[in-house]
Amino acid sequence: MDVNDLRAAVTLLTFLVFISIVWWAFSTKRKQSFDEVALLPFTDDEPVDSAYQGASHGNTERKAS
Amino acid sequence: MQSQPTYNYKVVRQFAVMTVVWGIVGMLVGVIIAAQLIWPELNAVEWLGYGRLRPLHTNAVIFAFGGCALFATSYYSAQRTCHTPLFAPALAAFTFWGWQAVIVLAAVTLPLGYTSGKEYAELEWPIDILITVVWVSYAIVFFGTLVKRKTSHIYVSNWFFGGYILTVAILHLVNSAASPVSFWPMKSYSAYAGVQDAMVQWWYGHNAVGFFLTAGFLGIMYYFVPKQAGRPIYSYRLSVVHFWALIFTYMWAGPHHLHYTALPDWTQSLGMIFSLILLAPSWGGMINGIMTLSGAWHKLRDDPILKFLITSLSFYGMSTFEGPMMSIKTVNALSHYTDWTIGHVHSGALGWVAMVSIGAIYYLIPRLFGKAEMYSVRLINTHFWIATIGIVLYIAAMWIAGVMQGLMWRDFNVDGTLKYSFIESVKATYPFYTIRLLGGVLFLAGMLLMAYNVWKTMASGKAVDALVLAPAAQHA
Repeated sequence: MDVNDLRAAVTLLTFLVFISIVWWAFSTKRKQSFDEVALLPFTDDEPVDSAYQGASHGNTERKAS
Repeated sequence: MQSQPTYNYKVVRQFAVMTVVWGIVGMLVGVIIAAQLIWPELNAVEWLGYGRLRPLHTNAVIFAFGGCALFATSYYSAQRTCHTPLFAPALAAFTFWGWQAVIVLAAVTLPLGYTSGKEYAELEWPIDILITVVWVSYAIVFFGTLVKRKTSHIYVSNWFFGGYILTVAILHLVNSAASPVSFWPMKSYSAYAGVQDAMVQWWYGHNAVGFFLTAGFLGIMYYFVPKQAGRPIYSYRLSVVHFWALIFTYMWAGPHHLHYTALPDWTQSLGMIFSLILLAPSWGGMINGIMTLSGAWHKLRDDPILKFLITSLSFYGMSTFEGPMMSIKTVNALSHYTDWTIGHVHSGALGWVAMVSIGAIYYLIPRLFGKAEMYSVRLINTHFWIATIGIVLYIAAMWIAGVMQGLMWRDFNVDGTLKYSFIESVKATYPFYTIRLLGGVLFLAGMLLMAYNVWKTMASGKAVDALVLAPAAQHA
């Protein structure tokens, strides 16, 4: 087997891997987990220190909903 | 409450402040070399000549300004999305001092004329080794923090930061491979020669754009845009596809820097095709960031930090449209070696990289110094408009200059001789060099306003380390 066959195979393989990732990302099963992780930056936004009292963290309206 | 651990904000504070300092230094050098192109008499001193200051400018803005911004934001957001302080705090402190040492060494050796001659990788071998040590420490701190996280998921910004840290390590090691000849004066020879050297250099060069200047700053975008907008990212699944599409595609785009050279034709075409494909993930990411504001566009009106962040995404979209277009061989035949390239680079560097960094630093400074907001929000707004006008002047001047140069260089007389000599195109470019200088001065002036604002905020506040979130509060 020529080394170029191997190169073509690797290219094809990585393409398939990418297609699988897209398919995985858009599967409905992932939706809930993705919704959860998208909120990760907001889980820690409590006024954690007295110095933060009164600080506008911007996401209050989101939390209320 | 007292026994609860705090996030490691000290190293974030250090990097955040140095981002502003190195931004001013790097952009000042840029203004100086822009002036040298108008008034060649300014090249009076050997070690302050254009040829030596130009690599100092690029290194300072990319690795000192951009690098410090990336260290600060990645350390901050990784801790807060992993609900744990940084792993190996002593090593984190070392990355700060080590990185500053690299920057100072660059600022000394480049004007002295020590260079390996590789664009964006000019530093000589002893400094390259120090960079490697600092970068490996960075990787240990960052990935160590992800490993000891208290959350089940790794948030998308950390994927982008992780991809950038890993790839930059590989790029640096491969491209800087060299045989040292002497320690002082510093001298080495590249491990590569001829067209292979050119290909390795631009594989490095374009991936420095792709992973240092894009993936890293997208990490900033995916954390700071949602935070400042107060709403989660528009589509998380799109961010996953965005990440992997960039990873799979960017690696192949480098050959577009070597169109119509000794590089094999098929390699050039490959580089062009992958550059064109890159438009899709780039715009996917831009749309994802901008649409995060969907339903809350009014926030743009009175939040200048959000203006910086969203405008940076607009420039990201513009320059990632322009880039693929310029990689088309027939377009490149006109644009290459002209000032159009300089305009394109600055549309990305000032518009995207600098603006997203500035927005993130404005977000960080009050939180790191126990304040509700910056000393003056109005000054942030002034900074935004000065910077935006500066960028528009800069890139418009370079577009016109570049297209004009390209057209002049390819213009023939009927007998087949060139219509214009090179110096005629230089002469025709002078007015645009002046407009460019004005744009650069405006952008630098904005940075000085920022420094004042940051200074006043720090002076009236005190260093604060936020408490690490207690596990029970996670589901609040």
